[in-house]
Amino acid sequence: MSETLTGAQALIRALEHEGVDIVFGMPGGAILPVYDPLLDSPIRHVLVRHEQGAGHMASGYAHATGRVGVAMVTSGPAATNLITPLQDAFMDSIPVVAITGQVAQTNIGLDAFQEAHTWGISAPVTKHNYLITDVEDIPDVIREAFHLAATGRPGPVLVDIPKDLFVETMAWHRPGEINLPGYKPSVKGHPKQVQAAVDMIHAANRPVLYAGGGIIRANAADRLRRFAEVANLPTVTTLMGRGAIPDSHPLALGMPGMHGTYTATTAMQKSDLLVTIGARFDDRVTGKVDAFAPGAKVIHVDVDPAEISKVRQADIPIVGDAGAVLEQLIFAMEHFLDTKPAPERKDWFDTIHNWQEKYPLAYDQDPDGPIQQQYVIQELHRITGGDAIVVAGVGQHQMWTSQYWGFERPNTWINSGGLGTMGYAIPAAVGAKAGAPDQLVVAFDGDGSFQMTMQELVTAAAEGINIKIMVLNNSWLGMVKQWQKLFYNERYSATDLSGGNPDFVMLAEAMGCAGLRAEKPDEVAPVLEKALAINDRPVVVEFKCDPDAMVFPMVPAGGSNDDLVLGPEDLA
Amino acid sequence: MRPNNITQHVITALVEDKPGVLARVSTMFARRGFNIHSLAVGPTSDPRLSRMTVVADGPEMEQIIKQLYKLVNTVKVTEHAPGAAVEREIMLLRVNAEPKRRGEILDAAGIFGAKAVDVGKVTITFELSGEPAQLADFLELMKPYGIVDLVKSGRIALARDPKAKNGRRPELRTA
Repeated sequence: MSETLTGAQALIRALEHEGVDIVFGMPGGAILPVYDPLLDSPIRHVLVRHEQGAGHMASGYAHATGRVGVAMVTSGPAATNLITPLQDAFMDSIPVVAITGQVAQTNIGLDAFQEAHTWGISAPVTKHNYLITDVEDIPDVIREAFHLAATGRPGPVLVDIPKDLFVETMAWHRPGEINLPGYKPSVKGHPKQVQAAVDMIHAANRPVLYAGGGIIRANAADRLRRFAEVANLPTVTTLMGRGAIPDSHPLALGMPGMHGTYTATTAMQKSDLLVTIGARFDDRVTGKVDAFAPGAKVIHVDVDPAEISKVRQADIPIVGDAGAVLEQLIFAMEHFLDTKPAPERKDWFDTIHNWQEKYPLAYDQDPDGPIQQQYVIQELHRITGGDAIVVAGVGQHQMWTSQYWGFERPNTWINSGGLGTMGYAIPAAVGAKAGAPDQLVVAFDGDGSFQMTMQELVTAAAEGINIKIMVLNNSWLGMVKQWQKLFYNERYSATDLSGGNPDFVMLAEAMGCAGLRAEKPDEVAPVLEKALAINDRPVVVEFKCDPDAMVFPMVPAGGSNDDLVLGPEDLA
Repeated sequence: MRPNNITQHVITALVEDKPGVLARVSTMFARRGFNIHSLAVGPTSDPRLSRMTVVADGPEMEQIIKQLYKLVNTVKVTEHAPGAAVEREIMLLRVNAEPKRRGEILDAAGIFGAKAVDVGKVTITFELSGEPAQLADFLELMKPYGIVDLVKSGRIALARDPKAKNGRRPELRTA
């Protein structure tokens, strides 16, 4: 005898079956029936202050835990408020399931109150989306949605459910077997291609392992490291791939691209083989594509066939899961090295080490001058030993965090890479901390980025999600200002925030957080210690930072990676 | 009409017969700025699947085919090289046909195998199915009489049997 449930109860039951422990959301008219059985469920609900926050929290949760993050909101404006986080998760391949209420089916298309064409609006920003029209479909669609979000190239999936279905009843049934004839992601790579890749790697003189966020998503960091060691490959990690190999590893060269290290960017540029795994030749990595790594052949491993040869023609394409293909590559490489000597590539490594010595990341902290943003990042790393999940907003502070925080483990770096969504930090940190409550979760944020989603600090305080936000306040939209300084004759149009910035300490206190401030370099370490000692509420620390600091190295937009600028002295 | 223009691509997509699939496919073309010249959708021998035939203008289709494959409801996507598929289209064409010119119009139509499906006081409506080039030729021939109205089904295509080597284009005998 199967149980009779309402659609609302069936939805909650289906989420429980998926192992969902937290839903980030906000109720409203169309989703209202679902919030009633939620009271009886072990699923924790985190009540956000804006639906965009729910989406980014689900993303932060997914980043930190590797599991699917869930956001649930009502119809109309709530659903449209989710669009930015969905596109964000789509571009960074983050597994998220969004559930939206819809007006009753009899009202669809009638411009009913809080009606929006959620299916149509969300189709281009999701991996897949659904509008359920039969209450009986709820268990199977939820099963499919989680399967699609988490497998293959992960991504966001939206399920839109009209209100009338929530109050209809159905005979509960466990979801049936997944039947998606058009969806069969490859797992293993083609053995011949794997062998060809091993041959090509062995023959290369100046190879670089180009590791992207796909490594993190595939939980394959351990195998990436092993492969780098077996094949003796210097390794760059993209913005989304930071932590795929420990930054302290002798083979790690750091981040390449527009604001990458000189060594990572230049090694790719001069290489004769790019062993690309879970990366997508993003324009922030390649610079001017025609001038990118002109002498390099390309091995491209990706679970998404559409990424291969999208930007750069691959000589050896391998479609498959990063972890599975890495296992094949390690096995084939070890077998190969049984009979042939491993190439030493001394010249290549000498060149690389020479670059590292000559062109390290550098900034100057004058003890009597303003606080340098990089200094705050390095001090927190020193004090915590780097043992934290680090989140960033979007802008200069994000690049500095990627550059200066030494990442030693995967899933400890959470940021908005592809879409570059300002305001990502606070909600993503809330999601990460909710999913990984035993870990220290710190976010570096800019004063501009902070003000886009700061109301989620109320959520954090109310829910006891004790994140620590470091506001690197330079009182400017710093990255835009940097471009105006370099490319617009220092004409600062609409980037000065100094006149209108709030008092961040008072603001923090008003939102139920502890508010702290450091104005001089010698105050940085003590205030960080203090912030780390407060564990009964979220903490916001404002650092009054250098308003003129710029992110270097830098490849000017549209320029070749050969024309990398190391510092202001190069710009004369 | 430019049925043989090489910038026209003929793509067939085997898709799940589910709501929204047509929107997903057409959006994919729109997103890349490609104009859809014609689009025909219909059932297949498998009730779960539909076949879409899309004729689109664009420089190259490799990326769009990969993107179409990424759609969860897409089972198979094929681009047909010129001549590699049987391509057909149906046209209904209403021409001015004063009684004194009817004879010659019907003669011309007969050569193309067009069927008169509606005859009015001063017009005749023809039905013609065939290769896109045949339709274009017939249309050209009828123009001087005055085209009153025209509707086309959009092209449909099915890949030729790769094993059929001899007499593989029997339909040409009527042309």
